[in-house]
Amino acid sequence: MPEILDQARTQVLGDGVGLDQAGVLAVLNLPDEHLPAALQLAHEVRMRWCGPEVEVEGIVSLKTGGCPEDCHFCSQSGLFTSPVRSVWLDIPSLVEAAKQTAATGATEFCIVAAVRGPDARLMKQMREGVAAIKAAVDIQVAASLGMLTKEQVDDLVDMGVHRYNHNLETCRSYFPNVVTTHSWEERWETLRMVRDSGMEVCCGGILGLGETVEQRAEFAAQLAELDPHEVPLNFLNPRPGTPLGDRPVVEGKDALRAIAAFRLAMPRTILRYAGGREITLGDLGTRDGLLGGINAVIVGNYLTTLGRPATADLELLNELKMPVKALSATL
Amino acid sequence: MTTTELWCDRCGEAATATAHPGCASARQLEPPRFCQHCRRRMKVQVLPVGWSAVCVEHGEIRG
Repeated sequence: MPEILDQARTQVLGDGVGLDQAGVLAVLNLPDEHLPAALQLAHEVRMRWCGPEVEVEGIVSLKTGGCPEDCHFCSQSGLFTSPVRSVWLDIPSLVEAAKQTAATGATEFCIVAAVRGPDARLMKQMREGVAAIKAAVDIQVAASLGMLTKEQVDDLVDMGVHRYNHNLETCRSYFPNVVTTHSWEERWETLRMVRDSGMEVCCGGILGLGETVEQRAEFAAQLAELDPHEVPLNFLNPRPGTPLGDRPVVEGKDALRAIAAFRLAMPRTILRYAGGREITLGDLGTRDGLLGGINAVIVGNYLTTLGRPATADLELLNELKMPVKALSATL
Repeated sequence: MTTTELWCDRCGEAATATAHPGCASARQLEPPRFCQHCRRRMKVQVLPVGWSAVCVEHGEIRG
């Protein structure tokens, strides 16, 4: 057994203290023959510190495309030659999407907008949309609207948004290679305000942007320092027309190593499968990740791409005897 | 309006019988982006279950 896994068994599984950056890097560098042991340990950590339940979430794009930012992975930037056009979702359709999500058994519904930060029109749409959802659907509402002012944070709390997603996307040292129109520090400032407001913090990123293994470890350590309630883990799905459109997808074993490593860095967080798992891991890898530290999934479609049918994920959870977290358990 | 599919609905290039295997594969996890009849970029809304795509000339399709 590699020394790092012995250390993690004592420190992470036994004491609930996550690995530091050097420890994460050691896990990311484990040879293939030790990957099953790393996943098994990460699963034990998840079961001990989080329990067997899996949090299920659906997401929807309230405002698609036309974003002024240049996140190099994103097909919704208006600065690239992506085929994605700008479109707004009306409130009746938003409520219908929330109903579809709730019908899967999901307890979370995240409303997302492709913006630098919300303007008055978007905040008005949010206020009306969240109220309409709460009147019609029994589901927790989260939001992801880019960078916020303090007043906007307070407004979202007032609307009843219980969790805010704002991904750091990658580590601090690599961020300028991915985004040039705003800084990592600006994102961190929004996360600090969200934390101070009492909303739950959801913050993760995308693996496979061209970062090194060392930078992947740096990212895990920086997320652990933030200590978010939830970490969505995406794998790059290269989008036509974006600067990263020709990058290769993350190799499946590297993705699984990252899942185990991130779990061992953050034993208590909700670690969520997000975009890209279908092409990076496929069906078999999806199962391996759920048995290797993942304890939450986005079901159904993503913002501009399609996911596995929700029923496929729910059947897999049932087969693995992992109960879907009930709404009452999140309140 | 023609019923012939002249354009690839993923990349917007001319459609032929065998020219777009990569696009066909990718389309299993993507909605269409271009109208197959006129090559216009469509307004596409992805929802948790399904999607809709609107061409100003040829109307809406759903999946």
